[in-house]
Amino acid sequence: MEKRVVFKQKLLPYFLIAPQIIITLVFFIWPASQAVYQSVLQEDAFGLSRKFVGLANFAYIFTDETYLNSIYVTIIFSFSVAAIAMSVSLLLAAMADRVIKGATTYKTLIIWPYAVAPVVAGVLWYFLFNPTIGIVAIYLKLYGYEWNHSLNGGQAMFLVIFTAAWREISYNFLFFLAGLQAIPKPFIEAAAIDGASPLKRFWTITFPLLSPTTFFLVVMNVVYAFFDTFGVIHVITAGGPNYATNIMVFKVYHDGFLSLDLGSSSAQSVILMFIVISLTVVQFRYIERKVYY
Amino acid sequence: MVEHRPWLTFLTHGILILGVLLLVIPIYVTFVASSHSLQEITSNFSLLPGRHLIENYTSALSVGPRDLGATVGTMMVNSLIMALGITLGKIFISLLAAYAIVYFKFRFRMFFFWLIFITLMLPVEVRILPTYKVAADLKILDSYSGLIFPLIASATATFLFRQFFMTVPDELCEAVKIDGGGPIRFFFDILLPMSRTSIAALFVILFIYGWNQYLWPLLITTDERYYTLLIGIKRMLDVGEGQAEWHIIMAATMLAMIPPILIVIFMQKQFVKGMTETEK
Repeated sequence: MEKRVVFKQKLLPYFLIAPQIIITLVFFIWPASQAVYQSVLQEDAFGLSRKFVGLANFAYIFTDETYLNSIYVTIIFSFSVAAIAMSVSLLLAAMADRVIKGATTYKTLIIWPYAVAPVVAGVLWYFLFNPTIGIVAIYLKLYGYEWNHSLNGGQAMFLVIFTAAWREISYNFLFFLAGLQAIPKPFIEAAAIDGASPLKRFWTITFPLLSPTTFFLVVMNVVYAFFDTFGVIHVITAGGPNYATNIMVFKVYHDGFLSLDLGSSSAQSVILMFIVISLTVVQFRYIERKVYY
Repeated sequence: MVEHRPWLTFLTHGILILGVLLLVIPIYVTFVASSHSLQEITSNFSLLPGRHLIENYTSALSVGPRDLGATVGTMMVNSLIMALGITLGKIFISLLAAYAIVYFKFRFRMFFFWLIFITLMLPVEVRILPTYKVAADLKILDSYSGLIFPLIASATATFLFRQFFMTVPDELCEAVKIDGGGPIRFFFDILLPMSRTSIAALFVILFIYGWNQYLWPLLITTDERYYTLLIGIKRMLDVGEGQAEWHIIMAATMLAMIPPILIVIFMQKQFVKGMTETEK
């Protein structure tokens, strides 16, 4: 797509685009290239000497058990968050789509948690599940279930998944509702006249027609779970107990920023870069197809 | 809907109400906690609002949590400066970049376009240390510039404006040219006023994004004068063996949620437009 009418000025466009390009080069491209560069170097803690080690940093992290564990944790975490957040919001969106009276009120009440930062969502649920003062934890104890996510890895994982999914319901709801409202009503009505039950109509007509939205949301939820949930983990578990919730993004922060292990942290950054790039490619390829859908 | 089934309508509302409760309850509990004294929260927590509401908020805003060195008021101002700086910065540089890409032909145009596109694939999380080092070399750690500038590159905003400019009829540009006007005049007299709705939608989305930034401020602020509210809340929770000041933390948490939530509720139309259009 090109404009037919353009301005002739030679220098002006460079001035216009310069701020964006300078910020991009200084804070994005240069640091990213540094991460790639450092991932093939070994440097001592004081930065006095460095030597080229090829893929040794990568070889090292892939034999490191805490790294393999963090990959495993990340997979469980992301897919659980995506599955829970999407099924709950699909249910709510399908219900809101049926409602005639009060639909906008429900919509308003469901979309606002998008404005809650992941780290704040972490504080909210951390407070409710706090082993000593949290009311949920206290009630669980009354019914004989001991809750302490700072000792029990399974409980910690549950809490971070639950919190991260809670924060993402609004986002999914918004897109599912828009998708549902775009489905032509005559399809549904025709099936109803043929005697199909609401549930059958949903699974045989609505759900397949919704698949572009669903697929888009799968990608967005995985991206969210990978990269935007740092705050949730940082506040609730800090990766613990015993690395049970040590997702890859938290580990790269911990190793690089707190343990100052440059080589390993850069290698981890490069792997994360590959993941974002592949997810972005998937997302944009899909959008190409959506145009023709 | 299609057929009349009272029990189904009942079930529909029931599920929706449960969903809304699931979303509202944690906020309600936080609000209630922010109206109790610390002792009431830790010993016998009641789910009805207490009598310390005003006291907790004033003490958070003006005195602040102990040992932190910054009041919640200061931290809110910092969050606001960061959020507005990021929002306006992103809108400003993206408008200019999109204008250059759509309305001019110049060497490396597509190269620049792809360079901007690449930023989508490089979130802070994948380049933590080197970006920190750049900020340190530029001496912008613990400063508003440091909180704002590294985050204002925006591929999504640039694409959104580009998309919008493509739909602006060429005749408008021709008319300005015939009248003897140049690119600056066209931009300010025609394009900018026409972009109002896109700018408003972006403003809502980006303000929430900016206000909710966490990892980057966490990396670059060690001086409590530059703590944003979210960083401050996390610091208040880090008390080790001591007793966290829950009444202040809960008040601060409410204050951290209120501005973005109000924006979503009162600018819902722009919010929905921004969400659905920037994600394309």
